[in-house]
Amino acid sequence: MDEALLRSLTPTVLGVLVRRGADFVAAEDAVQDALVEAIRVWPADPPRDPKGWLVTVAWRKFLDATRADAARRRRENLVDEEPPPGPAPAVDDTLQLYFLCAHPSLTPSSAVALTLRAVGGLTTRQIAQAYLVPEATMAQRISRAKRTVAGVRFAQPGDVATVLRVLYLVFNEGYSGDVDLAAEAIRLTRQLAAAIDHPEVAGLLALMLLHHARRAARTAPDGRLVPLAEQDRSRWDTTLIAEGIEILQAALARDRLGEFQAQAAIAALHADAPTADETDWVQIVEWYDELTRLTDSPVVRLNRAVAVGEADGPRAGLAALAELDDSLPRYAAVAAYLHERDGDLSTAARLYAEAAHKAPNLAERDHLTRQAARINARRAR
Amino acid sequence: MAKYLLLKHYRGAPAAVNDVPMDRWTPEEISAHVTYMNDFAARLQETGEFVDAQALAPEGTFVRYDGEGRPPVTDGPFAETKDLIAGWMVIDVDSYERAVELAGELSAAPGAGGKPIHEWLELRPFLTEPPTITE
Repeated sequence: MDEALLRSLTPTVLGVLVRRGADFVAAEDAVQDALVEAIRVWPADPPRDPKGWLVTVAWRKFLDATRADAARRRRENLVDEEPPPGPAPAVDDTLQLYFLCAHPSLTPSSAVALTLRAVGGLTTRQIAQAYLVPEATMAQRISRAKRTVAGVRFAQPGDVATVLRVLYLVFNEGYSGDVDLAAEAIRLTRQLAAAIDHPEVAGLLALMLLHHARRAARTAPDGRLVPLAEQDRSRWDTTLIAEGIEILQAALARDRLGEFQAQAAIAALHADAPTADETDWVQIVEWYDELTRLTDSPVVRLNRAVAVGEADGPRAGLAALAELDDSLPRYAAVAAYLHERDGDLSTAARLYAEAAHKAPNLAERDHLTRQAARINARRAR
Repeated sequence: MAKYLLLKHYRGAPAAVNDVPMDRWTPEEISAHVTYMNDFAARLQETGEFVDAQALAPEGTFVRYDGEGRPPVTDGPFAETKDLIAGWMVIDVDSYERAVELAGELSAAPGAGGKPIHEWLELRPFLTEPPTITE
């Protein structure tokens, strides 16, 4: 069964139900029920018209649930007959769903969960497994999120920036379980790019493609993190890189720069370099300057210090670093790297160990511990 | 979207404000305490922030490998062990601030005299997966 097709139909089907007058909360439940049934029924009996099948089944589930509800409350307030489908602006519906699921009244984790279910068509169980929480917890998170946005008018235009932040989170902070969240984030961003013409949507899509292209090279067979400079570039996916660069160039040509386009430009410059030594660090520093202007984020300034260290030498990098708050995450790791390049091995080893102690994840901690061990072994010789 | 461990200590944490051992509470006070803990966990399930909660028996055994073909060596329990974990709760929340807020609420569980225990809970972040985007 084509689960990708099934999932790609989710927002359209949900849009049809909402247009027919179903409220969002009930419609979303009905679509989820229809998806679960499709997963059960389709392998043995694939429908000729998958979308039509889903709309019919979801609408029936909606009516069943509404009737049961109405019976419980001893009142009849919903028509039984199927309304005319009418003009179904499928693309608009999809876009409205993205806005609704990323509504600013939702917390980031709720927006992520709701987007993956209502737009992405993942089941609650799949989302729960992907984020390593119990299914009951995820079900509650989604149902609260739906109640939170229940009063939002469906046709209300939203802010595309909030949607992009949610998709970025799915891509960047995904655990790697049965569901490939990075691939799912890319699929959802492609779908969004088809629904709205916006250079930052294109920028985020390009950014994701360019990073996804390096995925096979990012980890060694034993799970070890391989830093960018040491990656086997022949393992980068050149098709994804070419697509990412093309999308980025088209976006940049429109002269409406945003943070995702700038981040993608940096990723593109890395992707363009045949070897780490041939990286155009001068241009990368310029893009970090743009990013600093756009976001003024301390994390960006920290990454900029690394780029300055490569472009103008470790002393210049350390000078850029000195202007930053040393309590920033990964500050010690950057300082260790720049000190090593500057030849101060004892400081570098001490800072790598300190950075390992503060690392926010296991892969980074192991990597930094190995760096400290490597330098200590060299100094002992 | 970060997981935190709330650790409750039998021993090893600074003394609570309302530091009366549980066996000196009235049965009603014990019931009130248990109800508070259950309600707290139920509320986190309702908000979609609950991951796990477990209590541990106070006494454990130390075990270590003792070489090829030999059974593991066991030792203990060691009465003098400084730090003793009583149990934990794992939460999945949007921010550190939210984790602190919840730990504060859990620490307010009623003890002797029906007053909050004000016990010290240890809040430890989980190590996450590495981010995809690194530069």
